[in-house]
Amino acid sequence: MEKIFKRCQSLSDLPMHYCPGCGHGIAHRLVAEAVDELGVREETIGVAPVGCAVVAYDYWNFDCSEAAHGRALAVATAIKRVHPQKLVFTYQGDGDLAAIGTNETIHAANRGENLSVIFINNAVYGMTGGQLAPTTLLGQKTSTSVDGRQKQLHGYPLKISEILAALPGVYYVERVSLESPAGVLKAKRAVKQAFQNQLNNLGFSLVEVLSPCPTYWGLSPQAALQWIKDVMQKEFPVGRIK
Amino acid sequence: MKILLSGNEAIAQGALAAGCDFYAGYPITPQNELIAYMAKHMGAGTKRSPGPSRIFVQAESELAAISMVYGAAAAGARAMTSSSSPGISLMQEGISYLAGARLPAVIVNIMRGGPGLGNIAPSQADYFQATRGGGHGDYHLIVLAPASVQEAYDLTQTAFDLADKYRIPVMILGDGILGQMMEPMQLSVQKIKTAPVKKWALTGCRGRKPNIIKSFFMREGGLEQANLKLQQSYESIKQAQIRFEGLFLSDAEIVVVAYGTMARIAKGAINRLRGAGKKIGLLRPIGLWPFPQKPFQSKARRLKYLVVEMSYGQMLEDVRLAVEGRHPVEFLGRSGGGVPSEEEIIGRLQRML
Ligand SMILES: Cc1ncc(C[n+]2csc(CCOP(=O)(O)OP(=O)(O)O)c2C)c(N)n1
Ligand code: SF4
Repeated sequence: MEKIFKRCQSLSDLPMHYCPGCGHGIAHRLVAEAVDELGVREETIGVAPVGCAVVAYDYWNFDCSEAAHGRALAVATAIKRVHPQKLVFTYQGDGDLAAIGTNETIHAANRGENLSVIFINNAVYGMTGGQLAPTTLLGQKTSTSVDGRQKQLHGYPLKISEILAALPGVYYVERVSLESPAGVLKAKRAVKQAFQNQLNNLGFSLVEVLSPCPTYWGLSPQAALQWIKDVMQKEFPVGRIK
Repeated sequence: MKILLSGNEAIAQGALAAGCDFYAGYPITPQNELIAYMAKHMGAGTKRSPGPSRIFVQAESELAAISMVYGAAAAGARAMTSSSSPGISLMQEGISYLAGARLPAVIVNIMRGGPGLGNIAPSQADYFQATRGGGHGDYHLIVLAPASVQEAYDLTQTAFDLADKYRIPVMILGDGILGQMMEPMQLSVQKIKTAPVKKWALTGCRGRKPNIIKSFFMREGGLEQANLKLQQSYESIKQAQIRFEGLFLSDAEIVVVAYGTMARIAKGAINRLRGAGKKIGLLRPIGLWPFPQKPFQSKARRLKYLVVEMSYGQMLEDVRLAVEGRHPVEFLGRSGGGVPSEEEIIGRLQRML
């Protein structure tokens, strides 16, 4: 019998620690599939964030570095400059990339570093217990916005991808969403595109992935996917931004 | 051949001689000559084309600079950053990560007055921060304190070798006077100039298992094990890496203890008193961590120490720990840009005699 679905070579066989219905596991696999398909596992260096995906390096089967919370793009900048021929990417949550690390994000993008960024937008801080994130939606309740995000108090959901797309140093920005199998397939194509861009020396590429966090959205895994479609995508429309 | 350089430039030149191939920094006085010298001599470092041998990046902040050093070190480069007090404060999280991930790197702190924005005058008030680790967690840096332009050049080369040998961040701790002052110095390149093969570095996992650079150990007991390994490494550093200069110690009745620029000034005072027949000696720690404790274990009965610092007494605590109450330890210090003068030191010593 022909085997039509198997573990990627770029994934280790450790069981992942994510909550049921979490998007991180899917996104890890998409990264691994893209690396495998490009045939560059042995030429890849990943930079993991501080966030729920902090031990992503245990799940991937290629060289990886940890970075301090928010500093992944500074770490990746240096790795890529030292090894310009390797595929270097960061994998970061919204708190990591768009709150504590906004400065590193904007400046790496503005320098046009030839890097790929996988940006997981789950509209909360997962690892620390579901607090307000820069991407939390208006009205969304979190443990630090108990009555829901209010624009007068907390400002608006931060559209970092749109901000980055405005920078001349940025080559490619696409927002994808893990709400359905079709969405996952599109996400996979975007991740692979971001890597391919780097291999072609085209510059800074970022894929924003709308990703479910059922635990801190207070929803079942199924309802979380529906919420992405009904609510989150209204604020963060999917598609190519640049 | 001798050339004329400032301390800042000599540190940069020492880094180049040591084969530093990655520098990231953010401007701050009084170390701006250092970053400028690196920018001029490292080359820009290309992003797109393969194989630049030396890379210079002006970072967007000290947070980014130290994280770039972290990334470059993880990738196997000989990496350095430099800054001055407020910038070094900002780097502390990153320095702690370097220590935890066991990455070699060289960090230069040309100290200025604090706390806060303080001023740009010379200072030695970051001694605690440098020698106690500075950031969070159970760790140390090797800390080297040059007192001349020549020594700044030489010790910077040593710093790279020690960093690689022990997989530890090494700090060069100077002050604004050392950074700015110009002196003739000899360009003498030391022996080991290429970094040793770093099997742990991130280079892509061709033909081997993946390498992971991290300081995170969640598994039960994992962090304790990692920290114990760090401690073992610190023990071997304490055995092998003690550096100090002693002057007139054999017959001294009062030993002045000072480091860096302060030791230069103290030396002037001591020489003048020696000329008048007074038995004063100098003990100049060159390595501040590990601190040279042995030279304080003197059996002489009538011995007093005078610690002189550009702070209100930081190294003083290490001296007291080393002396273990066997001898009186007095202190003379100024802070906030005040530098104890030869006259002030002589005045104090005459009262102690
Ligand atoms: C300097 C610092 N501040 C705060 C934290 C605590 N912290 C860890 S992860 C995190 C936020 C994670 O949220 P996000 O980046 O959105 O990733 P997620 O967990 O949602 O995947 C915070 C605040 C930290 N580790 N370091
Ligand atoms: S808290 Fe949210 S983001 Fe974190 S593992 Fe659970 S579902 Fe995923």
